Amino acid sequence: MTSAAPPVDERVAEISRLRRILVRPELGSVVGAIVVFAFFATQSGVFRSLDGVAIWLDPASTLGIMAVVIALLMIGGEFDLSAGVMTATTGLVVMILATEYGWNIWAAIFASLVVALLIGAFNGVMVVKTGLPSFIVTLSTFLMLQGLNLGVTKAITGTVQVSGLARAPGYDAAKSLLAGTFSLFGVQFRVAILWWIAVAAVATWVLMRTKIGNWIFAVGGNALAARSVGVPAAGTKVGLFMVTAGAAWLVGTINAVRFTSVQANIGIGQELIYIVAAVIGGCLLTGGYGSAIGASIGALVFGMAANGIVFAGWDADWFKLFLGAMLLLAVLTNNLIRRYAEEARR
Amino acid sequence: MTATTTTEPALLEVEDLVKYFGSVIALTGISATVRAGGVTCVLGDNGAGKSTLIKILSGVFRPDRGSYRIDGEPVQFSSPRDALDRGIATVYQDLAMIPLMSVWRNFFLGSEPTKGVGPLRRFDVASARKIVRAELAGMGIDIRDPDQPVGTLSGGERQSVAIARAVYFGARVLILDEPTSALGVKQAGVVLRYVAQARDRGLGVVFITHNPHHAYPVGDRFLVLNRGQSLGDFAKSDISREELTRLMAGGAELDQLAHELDRLGTAAPGPEPAPAG
Repeated sequence: MTSAAPPVDERVAEISRLRRILVRPELGSVVGAIVVFAFFATQSGVFRSLDGVAIWLDPASTLGIMAVVIALLMIGGEFDLSAGVMTATTGLVVMILATEYGWNIWAAIFASLVVALLIGAFNGVMVVKTGLPSFIVTLSTFLMLQGLNLGVTKAITGTVQVSGLARAPGYDAAKSLLAGTFSLFGVQFRVAILWWIAVAAVATWVLMRTKIGNWIFAVGGNALAARSVGVPAAGTKVGLFMVTAGAAWLVGTINAVRFTSVQANIGIGQELIYIVAAVIGGCLLTGGYGSAIGASIGALVFGMAANGIVFAGWDADWFKLFLGAMLLLAVLTNNLIRRYAEEARR
Repeated sequence: MTATTTTEPALLEVEDLVKYFGSVIALTGISATVRAGGVTCVLGDNGAGKSTLIKILSGVFRPDRGSYRIDGEPVQFSSPRDALDRGIATVYQDLAMIPLMSVWRNFFLGSEPTKGVGPLRRFDVASARKIVRAELAGMGIDIRDPDQPVGTLSGGERQSVAIARAVYFGARVLILDEPTSALGVKQAGVVLRYVAQARDRGLGVVFITHNPHHAYPVGDRFLVLNRGQSLGDFAKSDISREELTRLMAGGAELDQLAHELDRLGTAAPGPEPAPAG
């Protein structure tokens, strides 16, 4: 019944096209990234050179991998405060098995993945079964892992650091795959950047073009409503926690292989940075809305600002101030966008 | 329109349902039938047990006693998914849709069409969009743009899309939880029209409401609940709109109230005119 619509309706259609662009969750982060890049590019020649790009893409890459999966989790309506510490746990498992027990590095990496998935499943099952906020559940996981990281490492090695991964069997292959570099326009870029792009691409595809993506939006938007139309809400959430843990494994392994040593206390505080990047990328704290690409751009903004401040010759202490302001701005923008998207037209 | 003379088993039939929540008796001795192409209205005030009844019908709760039959065959649902698989679709008042998701994503939520094989199996977005447009048009629902978030639809449009979704997914019984309660007169009329459409397509409809004026024009049978018990199950020919309204509002209580109000009116003859507005 597409009868000839009155001219008024045509105008409505025009507005909704504009609206569709405005309600893209990535919009804020894209604008933010352009502004940040333009600002630091005028301040520092190194920043805008290709070498500079390779430098600020480096911290953005591992952060980006985590930000993307945290974005999926937040779209699914949950948080994971243990994600930062888990990058240390997974790295330590690889280090201890490969250096203290002489495992082949691939076996150690695989064992670390199993440990990560178990932790993720634990988080997910606890959240789903108890109905407690994931904030509290993963906060306790965060504290427990923090204690375990230090306790176990000290018990086995006698110090709070494990090193010497370069001597493990199979290290060179692992290094070229996880922590090597590749050359582009004569500049060396970190391989982790490719991992980041791959994770972001797969996450975006899953989110936008698979039924699991539809379920993720739905369980974050309204888990009860999703369940009532037959979405396996509990399974979706547990899966998201496990994917988050899997990404923490990837990042933990990349860092362990790259630096060949892991401090037992690293990763603490990173979980908040992941959430900040996801929020800058358009994720709502209330769930049901967001984007994996946005979270990647959020990580990019973070990497540019962290290095840009140094390139511009300022004290790095200013970075946190900038980050806080960026977060506040992002949350305000997101709220505005959401109100616009949800606003009923009668 | 009331084809109550058929001998084949009713599409959906419950008998003597009882449900406790701890020591609270939420429902007791409730029986109802739904026939294909019929609308069974469940009426009752707040706390009458309407929600408990639909949650049993839709598989959220299991009854503590009583039988539940589909096509004459006893069933026991352990989740809403089970009920859906048997063709019982429920459209909840406030849970019908997820506001931040687009119309087409909501429409296929939980039953997404896919294409491709193995790890490349994906949500068939193009055909999902096409189907939504066609289905909504087929039921006379005019949505400006299937990409718009459901939150931007009016309440009546939301309910209508939810009904169209249930019809599309082959629901045989459609349970509607207060679909008109939050709506204005015009919007409620729109929803009632889609209820009638679903009925005419041969679905059995369970229409839960506390408004007899919405129930009467579209219903064939009326089950009136009060405090967890049935006040009667009437065919349309057995009860008039006035009687239904009276029963709904508590019958004798309403008479008493009317009487009291009447007395109040006559007790103060020659009143000062009430202030305007």
